[in-house]
Amino acid sequence: MTWHLFQLLLQASLMTIFVSVLSIFAGLALAVVLSALRMSGNRWMAGGAVLFISFFRGVPLLVQLLLIFNLLPVIGITLPSLATAIIGLSLSTAAYQAENLRGGFEGVPIGLIESAEMAGFSRMQTFVYIRTPIALRMTFPALVNEAILILKASSLVSVVGMVELTKMAQNLAASTYQPLPIFASAGLIYLVINLIVAFAARRAEDALPGLPAK
Amino acid sequence: MTDSAISIRNVSKQFGDTVVLRDINLEVPKGQVSCLIGPSGSGKSTLLRCMAFLEEANAGTILIEGEPMGFVEGPNGRRRQTAAELRVARSKIGMVFQQFNLWPHMTALGNVSASLRRVRKMPRKEAEDKAMAQLEKVDLAPRAHHYPSQLSGGQQQRVAIARALALDPVIMLFDEPTSALDPELTGEVLNVMRALAEEGMTMVVVTHEIGFAASVGHKVCFLDHGKLLFHDTPQKVFAAPRNPRLEQFLDTYLDRGAFLVQ
Repeated sequence: MTWHLFQLLLQASLMTIFVSVLSIFAGLALAVVLSALRMSGNRWMAGGAVLFISFFRGVPLLVQLLLIFNLLPVIGITLPSLATAIIGLSLSTAAYQAENLRGGFEGVPIGLIESAEMAGFSRMQTFVYIRTPIALRMTFPALVNEAILILKASSLVSVVGMVELTKMAQNLAASTYQPLPIFASAGLIYLVINLIVAFAARRAEDALPGLPAK
Repeated sequence: MTDSAISIRNVSKQFGDTVVLRDINLEVPKGQVSCLIGPSGSGKSTLLRCMAFLEEANAGTILIEGEPMGFVEGPNGRRRQTAAELRVARSKIGMVFQQFNLWPHMTALGNVSASLRRVRKMPRKEAEDKAMAQLEKVDLAPRAHHYPSQLSGGQQQRVAIARALALDPVIMLFDEPTSALDPELTGEVLNVMRALAEEGMTMVVVTHEIGFAASVGHKVCFLDHGKLLFHDTPQKVFAAPRNPRLEQFLDTYLDRGAFLVQ
């Protein structure tokens, strides 16, 4: 295990971070829309959201990635591996985050919504300016938990041709015959990234202004 | 009729089989303070919430400055106002809740300026200047950048009053504004309300503060079991309660020594 090998792993971990961060935020944005549809009261929109959530929660991520990778060219869409990976991860995490958020949306006290109505907010404005920020705060620990899961699940995107941390480790292990120190290093890098995420999240949580009183 | 800020005509309301309001008729005059008193479950909060259409009356009409609230009469009977119509109807009303209902993710200034920016589409600077002026009015300018969780209950309620006033309502509705407060914090909220009354704001106040009703109210309305039993000046209501149920209700306050007739 040389410094050079470790540097290669670190470079690959940048790809892991890049794919994960983009997927986490894209997934969260999609999750807000999914929860809104689910709570819309419209049978078709709610049903569509439930169907989406059930599929992406019920099918293994690895299978989803392989499906997307093989399905898109069939319907005439060719995307680079990077885009395929991000789409796959985003759709999957959105399903989970939508369910996390739903708990938060339903937990927003009715009085806060009534005061928004009395202040002249439209339903959409209430959703954007009052309900969503409060729901995000109420479910923050669960959202961070899912973000960490996605960081680790990003190791699966090698199946669509991405070379990220895990794939790089596999390549180096095969070419150097030193699997143990290389996989140990890769594991250590994942651990450090996630410790940093958890630490930042805790700091952010402390800095977030108070939650509604129960 | 034209000098009525709020006209309530034959309003009834039920939750399932429970009748909460029975055929209420009430005129709230402009520029006056009307206090709704009565035991818990008498329907006074429900009546107030009907005035803002936060509850729908099952029958009857509520007019805000002559304009219908919540429902409009059409050729095929009454229909609910659309969301946009309702926003217009509500724009004359400011509402203050028992639980303050400040938005926890915004500062005091943010709470007061949010509707100015989002609803009235004011530029940020202008909205915040106006919000700051309202906070000064309730003596909270130094706390403008505090979040609700960093404020006492009395301060939160004053921010809530400033938030309602920022939209220049012509009528202010108060739903038990001091009931969630420690006794020693009620004074600061009642003082703000008293000052507002002196400016001539039309106010409807659901309250257990009999002393406030007696000293600030122009009219006191006594509700019991969904009925408006008594509606008169505080002198008549408190000094010479001719209604046995009202007498009984006031006696409980006398027993507790919670109120002194001046």
